[in-house]
Amino acid sequence: MDMIKVKIDGIEVEVPAGTTALEAARKANIDIPTLCYLKDINEIGACRMCLVEVEGARNLQASCVFPVADGMSIKTNTPKVRAARKLSLELILSNHDRKCLTCVRSQDCELQDLSKRLGVDDIRFDGERHDKPVDSFSPSIVRDPNKCILCRRCVSVCRNVQGIGVIGATERGFATMVEPVFNMSINDVPCINCGQCIIACPVGALREKDDIEKVWDALNNSNLHVVVQTAPAVRVALGEEFGMEMGTRVTGKMAAALRRLGFDRVFDTDFAADLTIMEEGHELLGRLQGGGKLPMITSCSPGWIKYCEHYYPEFLDNLSTCKSPHEMMGAIIKSYYAEKNGWDPANVFVVSIMPCTAKKFEAQRPELSAVGHPDVDVVLTTRELARMIKEAGMDLATLPDEEFDPALGDSTGAGVIFGATGGVMEAALRTVHEIVTGEPMENLEVHAVRGIEGVKEAEIQLGDLTLRAAIAHGTANAKALLEQVKSGEKEYHFIEIMGCPGGCVTGGGQPIVKAKTYMEMDPKVVRAKAIYDEDRDLPIRKSHENPSVIKLYDEYLGEPNSEKAHDLLHTHYTRRSVY
Amino acid sequence: MSAIDLENQEKFQQLQKVIDEWKDKEGPLMPVLHSAQEIFGCLSLDVQKYISKELDIPVSDIYGVATFYSQFTLKPKGKYRIGVCMGTACYVKGAQAILDELKKVLDLEVGETSDDGLFTLDATRCLGACGLAPIMMINDDVYGRLKPEDVKGIIDKYRDK
Ligand code: SF4
Ligand code: SF4
Ligand code: SF4
Ligand code: FES
Ligand code: FES
Repeated sequence: MDMIKVKIDGIEVEVPAGTTALEAARKANIDIPTLCYLKDINEIGACRMCLVEVEGARNLQASCVFPVADGMSIKTNTPKVRAARKLSLELILSNHDRKCLTCVRSQDCELQDLSKRLGVDDIRFDGERHDKPVDSFSPSIVRDPNKCILCRRCVSVCRNVQGIGVIGATERGFATMVEPVFNMSINDVPCINCGQCIIACPVGALREKDDIEKVWDALNNSNLHVVVQTAPAVRVALGEEFGMEMGTRVTGKMAAALRRLGFDRVFDTDFAADLTIMEEGHELLGRLQGGGKLPMITSCSPGWIKYCEHYYPEFLDNLSTCKSPHEMMGAIIKSYYAEKNGWDPANVFVVSIMPCTAKKFEAQRPELSAVGHPDVDVVLTTRELARMIKEAGMDLATLPDEEFDPALGDSTGAGVIFGATGGVMEAALRTVHEIVTGEPMENLEVHAVRGIEGVKEAEIQLGDLTLRAAIAHGTANAKALLEQVKSGEKEYHFIEIMGCPGGCVTGGGQPIVKAKTYMEMDPKVVRAKAIYDEDRDLPIRKSHENPSVIKLYDEYLGEPNSEKAHDLLHTHYTRRSVY
Repeated sequence: MSAIDLENQEKFQQLQKVIDEWKDKEGPLMPVLHSAQEIFGCLSLDVQKYISKELDIPVSDIYGVATFYSQFTLKPKGKYRIGVCMGTACYVKGAQAILDELKKVLDLEVGETSDDGLFTLDATRCLGACGLAPIMMINDDVYGRLKPEDVKGIIDKYRDK
């Protein structure tokens, strides 16, 4: 790559040709303020927060889209630059609904940060304000148009990263909005509830539907047995909400916090991930041995499921009939576990802590209620759990490490890696290989299926059969893969699809990562590493060796894919239209 | 099949022809939307969905363009399009009272079309006839120096046409 030299505020740096002034400045340890910019996702130069002076150029330039040239000299902190940035910011603030005190993003808001950083102590203009209704019809996504600053980060994510595009800029001038078409609610357009738009939004204009109150109420109701479960990806991200470094594992502290919040049982969705592998692994074997449609596609990700229902209904028969792990867990808690404890399932309240907003929608699907009650009563995101812990006055960092409760708290390394893209595939292979060949895999770590490439492929020898597998994460990648399968260009036996890019570790319910941080690290990689470390450190790393799963089959379900297992753990899908 | 369905089908066939013509060219959206607006008289959700599928452009992009340019409309317009000038001269001479009277007589808000498909009520910018302020236009007919009490008679004239 050609390297060029530029001067940023007098500091010489060497960067590859084509580097933007914003990135070059970072090399000189100068942090230029940004607002609409999101690395690789939204680079449109719209907000004018990142203006700099380029020697020899008449106008100030938006550094996030301005490529530097050899020998160029750039000034990032002149009176002219400061005044222009402040003016841009004040104009944005002048018609912003500045209600920080009651805003979920307060202290985690890029606009608020900027206002402080640029020393805005007065807003000189009194802009016209929108007073539009907040769209809270979706069980997953809430949109507050009055807080939207029109940066279009959500639009780019939804349209380009997810390949969906159900929100866009409409109208013009002051009337411009970022919204679904025809004034529809986000609940009435083919949105998959992935929440990727939420984690892209710099402000409080997009957020999850807050269900915390329902959980406090349940915890306060002495008639209820309130049981909580946590997904694998939560333990590698929750710490960020308490100031810990990205990638810190807080499994034990999280269990302690949940117990102190008053949950009667603290279980691990990883247990149900192991159960999923048993069911899905046998389903795959059944299909391979001559029944059912191939390729079989995983069904753990409710964002992906809704995407398939809307956009690729022709693949619905390819989906595994397995419920997603936390739904399996809910069904088992309200049947097996309730029976064992003499609990009336009507009085059992299951809360799932998930990295995911799509699971809020999933939990209210009528078909997911195996024993006549919803399998899962409430889904909270990682962010919501952090808010509860803070409200209760606990500092996660200072809590002791505790264990999950026995039985449904037992899990394996295979269950943990569900949290990263490729993880379900790897976990399934560890088990399926052993069932088919009678031998454990030589190397349990299947590196071909790891990593953040959009579409991954692997071939695995299972006795006589060469199993062709593919993995996609993020629905735009899924779309590309499915098109190849549709056209016959590619043939596979088994496909793993996760709705969010990176899989659950970077799900739409995870802690918000600032635009600045994306320039330094990729949360997909950092959090996934923590997941794989967790797997490596666990004594049991294969689902079929989970003692509590074995016991569950012995005592209750019989065999994988038995009739009872089907009643409790499997589901069906609904064809949905596009608008 | 009813006459309406048939008519609709013909319109979609016409649209398809236009799409085929532009599909592989640079920037097909604007010309296709223009033709669609002409063929259907508006860009309804159904029309936008059809174009979205054929051109592989998200509906939200199409809707964005359709609402950005004022030559496109989302709902069908009435047979008689009433535009009340809200330019400065007209405003000063009482355009608001004219508009309010029209809203009352027609039972419509600005931008709406009556259920019988006869009238669409709009507020417009300066129509360049400030000397006659306040004015309104119904299709190509201009009515100047209006008083609120004139409104009902004028509307009735179109109703009876
Ligand atoms: S979005 Fe940010 S600036 Fe706006 S009210 Fe919320 S915290 Fe305050
Ligand atoms: S939740 Fe996902 S599909 Fe829905 S608007 Fe946001 S990014 Fe798009
Ligand atoms: S909703 Fe958020 S991300 Fe989307 S345009 Fe508005 S401020 Fe930007
Ligand atoms: S214009 Fe550069 S961050 Fe918005
Ligand atoms: S202001 Fe009404 S015509 Fe000019």
